[in-house]
Amino acid sequence: MYLGKVIGRVVSTVKDASLEGRKLLLIRRLPHGPAVVAVDAVGAGAGETVYVCRGREAAFAFKPQEVPTEASIVAIVDTIEREL
Amino acid sequence: MLLARIVGTVVATRKDPRLEGKKLLICRQIDPDGNDEKGYLVAVDTVHAGFREHVLIVQGSSARMAQGCKDTPVDAAIVGIVDQVAQD
Repeated sequence: MYLGKVIGRVVSTVKDASLEGRKLLLIRRLPHGPAVVAVDAVGAGAGETVYVCRGREAAFAFKPQEVPTEASIVAIVDTIEREL
Repeated sequence: MLLARIVGTVVATRKDPRLEGKKLLICRQIDPDGNDEKGYLVAVDTVHAGFREHVLIVQGSSARMAQGCKDTPVDAAIVGIVDQVAQD
């Protein structure tokens, strides 16, 4: 899992039936990673820092439905505390 | 999931029986602005995408959850045709 920032939205009309009604957001992996598309499971919005789950486990956020995704937004970050 | 552009098709006669009837497309990864990135991949089409269209690709074992790909030897599937990418 990693932290990302929501940088945009993806609009798709023709898509897998289980993706219908799901929000597709463009995420930039923090701090300077590549842009990926993730399926939103928590109602995240523009500019927010989010927690992204990747891999096979990303689909677990939508159980019992089987959603074909390998990147899901599973949390919205309020604060980060760190030393260094 | 990745954004990609369809740049070609793959024809294979001898293949796993579970792949029969599935369209294999060559996809070039793109950035959110539509510019080409390094690398390409071959993905199974599940949404009837066509040449030059921008698509959404799911990779890894999650690709098997795309429609019609259950229990098939697939690790990249096209699951959406992109209409628009809006950036903040």
